[in-house]
Amino acid sequence: MTNFVILPILIPLLTGIILLFFPKKVTFQKVLSFIASVLLVIVSVMLVFQVHNNGIQTLELGGWQPPFGIVLVADMLAILLVSTTSIVSLAVLLYSFYSIDAEREKYYYYPFFQFLITGVVGAFLTGDIFNLFVFFEVMLIASYILIVHGGTKVQLRESFKYVLVNVISSALFVAGVAYLYAVAGTLNMAHLSERIGSLETQAPILTVIAVLFLIVFGLKGALFPLYFWLPASYAAPPSAIAAIFGALLTKVGIYSIFRTYSVVFVHDTGYTHQILAVLAALTMIFGVVGAVAHQDVKKILVYNVIVAVGFVLFGVSTLTEEGFMGAIFYLMHDMVIKGALFLLIGAMVVVAGTSHLKDMGGLIKHHAQLGWMFFTAVMALVGIPPLSGFIGKLLLVQGGVSAGQYWIVAAMMVSSLLVLYSMIRIFLNGFYGKIQLEHANQYGSTKGLLLPSAILIAVSAGIGLGAEMLYPFVATAAETLLHPEIYIDAVLKE
Amino acid sequence: MEILMSILAGVLFMAGTYMVLSRSFIRIIIGTSIISHGAHVLLLTMAGLKTGAPPLLGLEAGTYSDPLPQALILTAIVISFGVTSFFMVLGYRAYKETGTDDTDRLRGTDSYD
Repeated sequence: MTNFVILPILIPLLTGIILLFFPKKVTFQKVLSFIASVLLVIVSVMLVFQVHNNGIQTLELGGWQPPFGIVLVADMLAILLVSTTSIVSLAVLLYSFYSIDAEREKYYYYPFFQFLITGVVGAFLTGDIFNLFVFFEVMLIASYILIVHGGTKVQLRESFKYVLVNVISSALFVAGVAYLYAVAGTLNMAHLSERIGSLETQAPILTVIAVLFLIVFGLKGALFPLYFWLPASYAAPPSAIAAIFGALLTKVGIYSIFRTYSVVFVHDTGYTHQILAVLAALTMIFGVVGAVAHQDVKKILVYNVIVAVGFVLFGVSTLTEEGFMGAIFYLMHDMVIKGALFLLIGAMVVVAGTSHLKDMGGLIKHHAQLGWMFFTAVMALVGIPPLSGFIGKLLLVQGGVSAGQYWIVAAMMVSSLLVLYSMIRIFLNGFYGKIQLEHANQYGSTKGLLLPSAILIAVSAGIGLGAEMLYPFVATAAETLLHPEIYIDAVLKE
Repeated sequence: MEILMSILAGVLFMAGTYMVLSRSFIRIIIGTSIISHGAHVLLLTMAGLKTGAPPLLGLEAGTYSDPLPQALILTAIVISFGVTSFFMVLGYRAYKETGTDDTDRLRGTDSYD
């Protein structure tokens, strides 16, 4: 029954491989990838309950004992993120059915979509640092192809930069693994944590390696001085692809910081976690400055992705239970709501025929549903109580206050306000104001484009209203992070 | 020996960084290859270069060299090979489509600037 843990990786992988054989049969591609996505949701939710009832689930691949073989570890944090990923990917897949054009669909769009999900889920579930690198590459190579898929001028231009940045950060990842292997002599995360804990001198080299990993994962997850590549490249691809990128890719980088900074590098936290806190604060501020400055709806949203990275990492840096719980709640909320917002903005751009705010206006007259869904999603993003953003932010503030980081909490509140301003500006300019286009010559219809975002908004409301039910799961996840011994014992079984 | 290899890795990283900071596509791509060479050399060095037989049990030697980093490097090599070939084709396609291989001319993010 422990083989169960590998199913979330296996389902999208096998589906992708099967789909490679029938590129021109678009209906078959759609049906099979839909079935696989639904299956993935079911399996991962079942895994959540299994982890809840029986503790951390591990799978030793090939039957090799943990420090020697690769081990898959489904602890609560990983499996909650896998479930969120599966739900977001299902919604984005439904959106792709209507929004991706036929040419793209014939050229392996759905297989690469499945491979991307394989990489993301694998990165969440692995317990080995080099295996994490490999799953990162699975995810990144699929994302290189999806970002340039279709080959328009803008996509080619931006994907060149995107690939370059990620190739360099991958080389740094290999270098980081090399240093870590030289110091500790193992690659399994639990074993690494134990070895590092037993190094008597608390060697400063470990702090250096921790910072190197922060640079690597900060490049993947768009942390403050390393987010420069993100805004242009996420605005280039079609909105379905941008949605899956905005919702999932940066989150894998954040998760890796979460994991390494709470399991592996936990023995000299004063220095590393202070850096993390300061960088998180700067990420919030610079992200929100970008979001307020831009006039292009896609750009505004893309900068909001960066702000969320800051919020979550601030929670990680506090090293308190509230902070961790807030970060986990906020991470799950942000995956869902960023997916929804990218999809809604995609529908807006389809309807208005432009992504520039100045050329939009009065969309609410003919697209009331879209308008109010967008409004709800914005309220959820900012954290208005009944919706999902509230509980995460509340816990983050509590964690920040109990860690004594008052300035960063203040920066967080101010940037929340500015996030509200930047998004509500889209609502007021785009949906109200002078009608720019009469119904007859509006560019497209929203047929099929609203249902996926409706699903995601419903999930977001579910997270908000059902916070009480979700709370024990998140509390378990936070406890595992706060006490890495639980993780180590589950993996090494001593 | 480790010191020499570390210096070599450093030189490779230095040369690669210099190439990546230049403007032409092909130089950038060669730079990324050199950087990944540096990373692979580093991985081999960091695991220790103590003398020992190649990791083949048939040799029945007293000591073997560490097989783990060799497996890691093999994995990293094929990954970087795949990515580099994709990157080459991407650079070629971008050159065809935009008509330039100068990264300075690839500025701008959308039709509004």
